[in-house]
Amino acid sequence: MLKFALAGNPNSGKTTLFNALTGSTAHVGNWPGVTVDKKTGVYKKGETPVDIVDLPGIYSLSPYTPEEVIARNFLLEESPDCIINIVDATNLERNLYLTTQLMELDVPMIVALNMTDVLDRRGDKIDVRLLEKRIGLPVVEISALKGANTETLMTRAIATAKEKRQGSSVLRGSVLGSAIANAEIALKLKEVPAPLFHAVKLVEKDEIEVQNHPHEARAVESFIQENCQKDGFCGDAEAEIADARYKYITSHFSSTLTRARKPSYDELSKSDKADKVLTHKIWGLPIFLVILFGVFHLTFSENLLYLGSIIKPFGEWCGEKSETAWGGIFFADGLNSPGVILFNALDLLTSQIGEWLGAGLEALTVKEAIVGLVVDGVWGGIASVLSFLPQILVLFLFFSILEDTGYMARVAFMLDRIFRRFGVSGRAFMPMIMGFGCSVPAMINTRTMADEREREATVRVIPFFSCGAKMPILLAISGGIVANFGIGNADVITYSMYLLGVVTALVSLLVMRHTTKRGEASPFIMELPTYHIPGFKNLMLHLWDKAKHFIQKAFTIILISCVIIWFLSNFTWNWTYVGEDGMVTSILASLGQLIQPLFTPLGFGSQVPAFGWVFAVAAITGLIAKENVIATFGSLAVAIAAAMGGSFEATEEALGEGIVQVEYLIGATGISVPALISFIAFNMLTIPCFAAVAAARGETAKGKFKWTLLFWIVTSYLVSTIVYTVGEFVWPIAVWLALAALTVVGIVLYNKRMDKKEQLEKQKKTLK
Amino acid sequence: MKLLSQLKVGEQGTVVAVNGEGAVRRRLFDMGITPGAEVYLRKKAPLGDPIEIAIRGYELTLRKAEAAHVEIR
Repeated sequence: MLKFALAGNPNSGKTTLFNALTGSTAHVGNWPGVTVDKKTGVYKKGETPVDIVDLPGIYSLSPYTPEEVIARNFLLEESPDCIINIVDATNLERNLYLTTQLMELDVPMIVALNMTDVLDRRGDKIDVRLLEKRIGLPVVEISALKGANTETLMTRAIATAKEKRQGSSVLRGSVLGSAIANAEIALKLKEVPAPLFHAVKLVEKDEIEVQNHPHEARAVESFIQENCQKDGFCGDAEAEIADARYKYITSHFSSTLTRARKPSYDELSKSDKADKVLTHKIWGLPIFLVILFGVFHLTFSENLLYLGSIIKPFGEWCGEKSETAWGGIFFADGLNSPGVILFNALDLLTSQIGEWLGAGLEALTVKEAIVGLVVDGVWGGIASVLSFLPQILVLFLFFSILEDTGYMARVAFMLDRIFRRFGVSGRAFMPMIMGFGCSVPAMINTRTMADEREREATVRVIPFFSCGAKMPILLAISGGIVANFGIGNADVITYSMYLLGVVTALVSLLVMRHTTKRGEASPFIMELPTYHIPGFKNLMLHLWDKAKHFIQKAFTIILISCVIIWFLSNFTWNWTYVGEDGMVTSILASLGQLIQPLFTPLGFGSQVPAFGWVFAVAAITGLIAKENVIATFGSLAVAIAAAMGGSFEATEEALGEGIVQVEYLIGATGISVPALISFIAFNMLTIPCFAAVAAARGETAKGKFKWTLLFWIVTSYLVSTIVYTVGEFVWPIAVWLALAALTVVGIVLYNKRMDKKEQLEKQKKTLK
Repeated sequence: MKLLSQLKVGEQGTVVAVNGEGAVRRRLFDMGITPGAEVYLRKKAPLGDPIEIAIRGYELTLRKAEAAHVEIR
């Protein structure tokens, strides 16, 4: 089967073209070893089916970014039958810069000139015939968005693929032409494939190339030195080549474009006008905050536009309606937001299925343990993970819309100054903030960040931005503290915990930046694409793809983990099923007792007078979904009350808020306030739920994920210990401050030494 | 002779040379900042840095530290 590679700049419409060509056959995976999307699909409308591989969006084939290296290796090693190079006609010069590099390969190639319809509207015109002649490659005008002319493109591409092609270069006539020709001959003698491409890269002193062909690299170097006077070139080849490419493009290729009017910087397009408002010096940031609020409001609000509060009768009507099963989906104190409506609908469906399953199995008179396994273990696990899906997808949809319109690049532009201090670019902001909603879409969206180190650091701190599912822990425990000890204010406790999470995130970023993730900040040289309305089909395909991945994970690793924890909490060591209310005698309870001493520095370990293991157990069940921490408290309260010969009863409503069970457990265990706060901190900062763990694993480099897990454990343990010791005894604050000062000094000294070392190495390298 | 980072909003210039090294320098070239290219400073971010320039018919953002590698006339 023929195999075509799709290559082009980011924002050139490459993904749109890919979707138009492959439709539902697309498959998204990762390129081996890196977290860069690899999209493959099949084009079926032609005489023969064609495999299409979508290369990452790139501006050049330099050796510096993973995307460029992936594209380069694919083109050189996998020998596609044809390259379809998509070129944005509205941005001809920069797009053709990549074309001039691609055409140096010995691969048949065709240029897909996209967005010529936009040019038409401006009254500009490209002489396609002339461009085709000058560039020496077939050029086809298309509109990827409308799917126009894509069949002609593919027919011509298939015809092109049948003929062998030798690389051609626009640098032949430049001052480096003879050096390139010389290197090409040397490489040809060694029977290196794609000699012209490698020759150009050698002359450019490309890092990868010099490493692969050290002998030829030296020959090229001395050739340039020798012919310095004759060729009139003695300077820097890398600069000369980039310059020569652009000069050739301007004189030969972009001159095929005739403009209706001479462009001027003062003349503002629609996009420029929108940008003037959206990135305004004073209004830019407030507007962004409003948009952000809107996204969260539409995903999580149970009182859409505050209609229920503004129009009192409407609010009351909604309140009444929400009592019914179906009304509960759409109404609460007001109208629910789309995210909440979807969440409620799915919740109703899954709990209904759970009931049917239970009733069905009981009618078949199977063992109680089996009913428990199927209904609570398997189905309960799936339901608790799937319950996140609607809001994950809604958040994701908004994020994709903001990304595709081009606004997200502007957000990075506006906020870069702040985040640079923490060793990440402005790109990191959006995923972090999204963490307040749900870590899963937040982590997946770190893919828009170019730098691998930066992305990993961001993925690690995302769970510290306390998500929606951690809210019940905060509310229930702070409510319990206020009710039981009569001190403080639940709101203040909740706010300070959020703040603690953010501060921990920022401090961790700073520490990582200067220790494990050292190194030069990656360049922030980024295109700000013109604003445009995102394509509906693209959005939906993207969303479907993410949903598919999440569901796959929910039914595999997440499900298995959930079932294991269900098993541990419902069975005793001698394999008897005790059910949820018998958790006191379960395997998990004894495991909780075993690890309980580990939590002593955190305040909820051995010093808790009675039943101290409940906190360890709740932290473990919280891995399924963080709201389970409070649900587990509920089951444990019932079980402990029974074990002590009393009973624990509360109305369903009171149980729902979680305060009563926390109150009961505070009484039964005799735990202290600082220990409770430390418990909140621990749950907020430690390993997130399985869904987020799976997402984080998917977004970090292979084999390195264990460090991220370790990071979460260490950070949560350390911070909770500080919270507890300072809260309980106060004086340890002096110790912690001293330790912090020592750490800072240590890190500064370490960095000084490393800087020196790196400088020496650099000097050695240049001396060589 | 001045640096791209010193340009004021609304001013334009022509690139004379690109200094620096490694990834940053190459990236500047790849994005079209080569000798002879015309640049126009469109705006600065609300906090003064990074900057947005118009070059070769499109909009590019870069930090002032990176723009300081570019000499213009």
